[in-house]
Amino acid sequence: MIPKLKIEKRPIVSSSVTLAVSILSMLLALIAVAFVFLGYGVDPTYAYQKIFIGSFGSLTGFSETIVKAIPLMICGIGLAVAFKALVWNIGAEGQLLMGAIAATGIALYVIPEASSVLLLPSMFIGGFLAGAVWGVIPGVLKAKLKANEVITTLMMNYIASNLVEYLIYGPWKGAMEWGFPITNEFPLSAWLPYLPIGMGRIHYPTLILALSLAVLTYVFIMRTTLGFEVRVMGENPDAAKYAGMSYFKTVILVMLISGGLAGLAGVGEVAGIHHRLRYPKGISPPPGYGYTAIIVTCLGRLNPLAIILSSLLFGGLLVGGDAIQVIGLPFAAIGLFNGAILFFVLGGELLTRYKIIIRWRG
Amino acid sequence: MLSAITKKIKKISKPFEKGHLAEETRVCSNEKAKRGEALVRMEGIVKRFPGVVANDHINFEVKPGEIHALLGENGAGKTTLMNILYGIYRPDEGKIYVGGGKVEIKSPRDAIEAGMGMVHQHFMLVYPHTVAENIALGLSSSKFLFPLREVEKEVAELSERYGLKVDPKAKIWQLSVGEQQRVEIIKALYRGAQVLILDEPTSVLTPREIKDLFDILRRITKEGRAVIFITHKLDEALEISDRITVLRHGKVVATVDTFKTNKGELARMMVGREVLFRLERKPVERGKAVLEVKNLRASSDRGLPAVRGISFTLNEGEILGIAGVAGNGQRELVEVITGLRKATGGEVFILGEDVTNCSPKKIIEKGVAHIPEERIRMGLVPSMSVAENLILKDYCSPLFSENLFLKHTLIDQVAEKRISEYSIITPSKKTPAKLLSGGNIQRLILARELSEKPCLIVAAHPTYGLDVGATEYIRTLLLKQREMGAAILLVSEDLEEIMSISDRIAVMFQGEFMGIVPTKEAEIEEIGLMMAGTKRMMNPSEDSQ
Amino acid sequence: MSLEAAEFLLHVAVRAGTPLLFSTLGEIYAERSGVLNLGVEGMMVMGAVMGFGTSLVTENVWLGILLAALVGGLLSLIHAFLSITLRANQTVSGIALTIFGLGMSGLLGKAYIGAPLPSRVRAVPIPLLRDIPILGPFLFQHDPLIYLSLVLVPLLWLLLFKTRAGINIRSVGENPATADALGVNVHRVRYLCVFLGGVLSGLGGAYLSVAYRPAWTEGMTAGLGWIAIALTIFSMWSPGRALLGAYLFGGVEALQYRLQPPPPYGLGISPNLLAMLPYALAVIVLLAGTRETIRKRMGAPSALGTPYVRGEK
Repeated sequence: MIPKLKIEKRPIVSSSVTLAVSILSMLLALIAVAFVFLGYGVDPTYAYQKIFIGSFGSLTGFSETIVKAIPLMICGIGLAVAFKALVWNIGAEGQLLMGAIAATGIALYVIPEASSVLLLPSMFIGGFLAGAVWGVIPGVLKAKLKANEVITTLMMNYIASNLVEYLIYGPWKGAMEWGFPITNEFPLSAWLPYLPIGMGRIHYPTLILALSLAVLTYVFIMRTTLGFEVRVMGENPDAAKYAGMSYFKTVILVMLISGGLAGLAGVGEVAGIHHRLRYPKGISPPPGYGYTAIIVTCLGRLNPLAIILSSLLFGGLLVGGDAIQVIGLPFAAIGLFNGAILFFVLGGELLTRYKIIIRWRG
Repeated sequence: MLSAITKKIKKISKPFEKGHLAEETRVCSNEKAKRGEALVRMEGIVKRFPGVVANDHINFEVKPGEIHALLGENGAGKTTLMNILYGIYRPDEGKIYVGGGKVEIKSPRDAIEAGMGMVHQHFMLVYPHTVAENIALGLSSSKFLFPLREVEKEVAELSERYGLKVDPKAKIWQLSVGEQQRVEIIKALYRGAQVLILDEPTSVLTPREIKDLFDILRRITKEGRAVIFITHKLDEALEISDRITVLRHGKVVATVDTFKTNKGELARMMVGREVLFRLERKPVERGKAVLEVKNLRASSDRGLPAVRGISFTLNEGEILGIAGVAGNGQRELVEVITGLRKATGGEVFILGEDVTNCSPKKIIEKGVAHIPEERIRMGLVPSMSVAENLILKDYCSPLFSENLFLKHTLIDQVAEKRISEYSIITPSKKTPAKLLSGGNIQRLILARELSEKPCLIVAAHPTYGLDVGATEYIRTLLLKQREMGAAILLVSEDLEEIMSISDRIAVMFQGEFMGIVPTKEAEIEEIGLMMAGTKRMMNPSEDSQ
Repeated sequence: MSLEAAEFLLHVAVRAGTPLLFSTLGEIYAERSGVLNLGVEGMMVMGAVMGFGTSLVTENVWLGILLAALVGGLLSLIHAFLSITLRANQTVSGIALTIFGLGMSGLLGKAYIGAPLPSRVRAVPIPLLRDIPILGPFLFQHDPLIYLSLVLVPLLWLLLFKTRAGINIRSVGENPATADALGVNVHRVRYLCVFLGGVLSGLGGAYLSVAYRPAWTEGMTAGLGWIAIALTIFSMWSPGRALLGAYLFGGVEALQYRLQPPPPYGLGISPNLLAMLPYALAVIVLLAGTRETIRKRMGAPSALGTPYVRGEK
């Protein structure tokens, strides 16, 4: 008996199927990575226990999860706008770093004497602009010169990373730490306030910003004229042109938003966690917030509200990475989840679009 | 001398020895030709697609040496049936017999081995490659290294033999449409096709090229091969075929010997009722100039000149039909006028204002409606709802949005109104537009384009692929808009359509207007000559009132 | 610049450009068949770690290189399965492959950081030819892998443009429906080309960690895979121009070593600024390639990035 597979297109994509597939993808990824744990001689159930209890089981752990979720959320929301228009912004990592650079520059050298009321908003605005510019450049190259934005945004990531290193080794060098240079510490007026819970590192203004952005972005996409243009361009660029929508305007808009939001995440990190500029892997530890945000967005099916949830999940995974080192697994194992989940989300996405019919033939 | 001839015949027949099935049919065909038996027989073919039965228990056969026309309206199931014979689709039920033996055709490769060859409506050619590379594609019998040398030689021989003149080293995009079609035919013959299937081959040819094609077909069938000729044009079916099978709504209506039937009978079989060949066109007062085009020039996607100096004026209350074989610059002309393509020279004025090279948005704002040639690719966002598609162009207007925010309740209300006004059949206004049938998609597009009383309507092939009912509806709608004072630019390959609703006819050939004539004075033969580029009127740019 | 310095520069340019050359050649084949594989970085870095690790453990560099190529090929099959059979979005699938590869290699390579390689890939200068001024150091004083890459260029060119298989591959990338209608197995051709791309990318990565450095550090490909993709466009999907582009980048890398030291040996430019050069150059190269593609109107394979389904409406 040989089964014959027939793939048929589903007429309507229902949201219940989409949700089921997202959850299934995650589970399959967990199973896949479990095999890797086995390869290291670690019991997967024990490892997962450690991870999830570490991240969600205690107040300390959960507060750290939120800390890690904040930049993921902000970047992810920005990426949702870009991906909705089928503009593949892989440069959130670099845009985040540019935001961090801008915030550092403002805090240490431009207006270090200013009070919090002036300094903090300036840092956020500066960070947004820096990230936005970093994103708009590849946007212009795409819109005007048809350059593939995946490559241009990625290259900008490496350039941004090297720029950070140039600054901390060079003009902004402050002290040394673990053999790496760091900038001077920010003045206290440039420190974001904390929620006094858990490990006390939740810089709540950024959290509030993130949550509001989620709602705002959702409304933007679904209920405004610009959001309508973004959606049409993502679904059918030919129809968008025919309907009079400007390709250039839409591409620049989504890159501005996604770049700017990633920049905001960078500000949050330096102003809320580090209070200085560090080497790139210190600001955005591997696998990198900007890259992880891509998977956060895809798992959340480009819906800003769902992204709140998926960013918490991935924040938890990152916290779990610290936890599993105790049982002999390297932190890098967590990086596998990113790839695995994305693979399964991809594979699952097809299940939402196509039905697989198995016919048994004698 | 004799040895030279035998050598030549041996050389030419070498590529035809493909697969045991083809051998059988070739051998059998000569015998069966004497007995009058079928070369290919399709029995009880059923093919279903979501929502429609494309082929409904069809019996069809082809005899050796005959040209068999498969006649029917757009959507009758002719192409589907042939796609089954060629292995592109698998039938849900039914059997196929070739040369008397049952065969399973699971892919085009099987079909080719069984002796089928197909020239599709949209050529299956790789445009950047040469003729020889296209013919060599997929050939397992050619040499691995430097296969083209041999192929080029044999192609030259084949083209001599059947009068299919083509340069094997030319790149496909450099060839004319007629030459490209010849490449397709050579491709099929090279692989030993005993049955040649042609899908609407004349829709891209000038009258002269059609005549050449018919000659070629007659030469091909002289050796016992058969030709299946898919068409929706009655006259051609009557002219070229030996037998005609008429399909309607997926069923076979009848198979008749050509000499025993006539146009009226065939039309009745195709449509099922008497067809009105002319619609009522009331005389309408012609108003001021709406569209003025002066010496317009534009290039195609490949950078070759497509529009080469077109000038005309279009007034309120008139329909100008642009006739011509597809590919003579009509698409580019439409795109320049609607702002989707840059003009390389000349000017376009709408209501007196210079809109040359303005953005599509500006042109839409001037009151120009565009019914696009490619409905789904250009005119629709398939995954969005019917309501959202209905406001695709005016979402920015104060009616539907305020300060960036869309007014959803108002949008829904207007959507309901338009759905009922234009009789769009849809489960709800929230249904994704891609679920609508072709006719309803066009109704949606018309509802969107025509609701705001446009001053200029550019309609490109508006009834292409639609059934008779939808076609009549659309033509009536355009005439009504004309009565309300709109100026309409109609581009269509269907000469009959143009003649039935246009006030004036412009014939486009290789980017120029060969002539503009009032419909009353137009003669089919003269138009045909202009379409073929052999006749040109004096001062075609001046309007003849 | 003295003759010695020029010869040195050329020599290093070829060495530095070879990983790029392998990967670009591979990606050219994948894209010619119509599949966009953005996972080159992931396959390269996995090739690097597998090559290094295997060489370390088995003390046999050639085994390491072979395994690396194999691993690259296997990884590419994941992308192939998702993109070709399951018709996933090729951009996202490639990115997923890269992220996965980077993560996996980070995990596997933990043990190898800082470890020295016992046996090395030795240079094999060709007698007589090695002594030709300029050309000698440029092309004839290298290790066998470089010679392999130099031989592959004309070979792969021949295969693509002058054989029956090449016609099939290019047609599948331009118009898969046509190729399918003539009996070409579109999916099989694409799988093979993507696999070849993976093998070559793995090879490129292995060269980096086993021959060029040799060492392993996490993420040591540092974007080389992405540069390879930019080069694919710049090369107009032709192996010959890929050679040109790869050595251009190799030259820029070699130049970094010259410019970094303080005067009078170099220009004393900060290494971090110099490190940006290859990436900025990649953007320029991408723009140049894209413009030429548009100008000539016949660059990218028409079906690139689009999954093929027979008869889908």
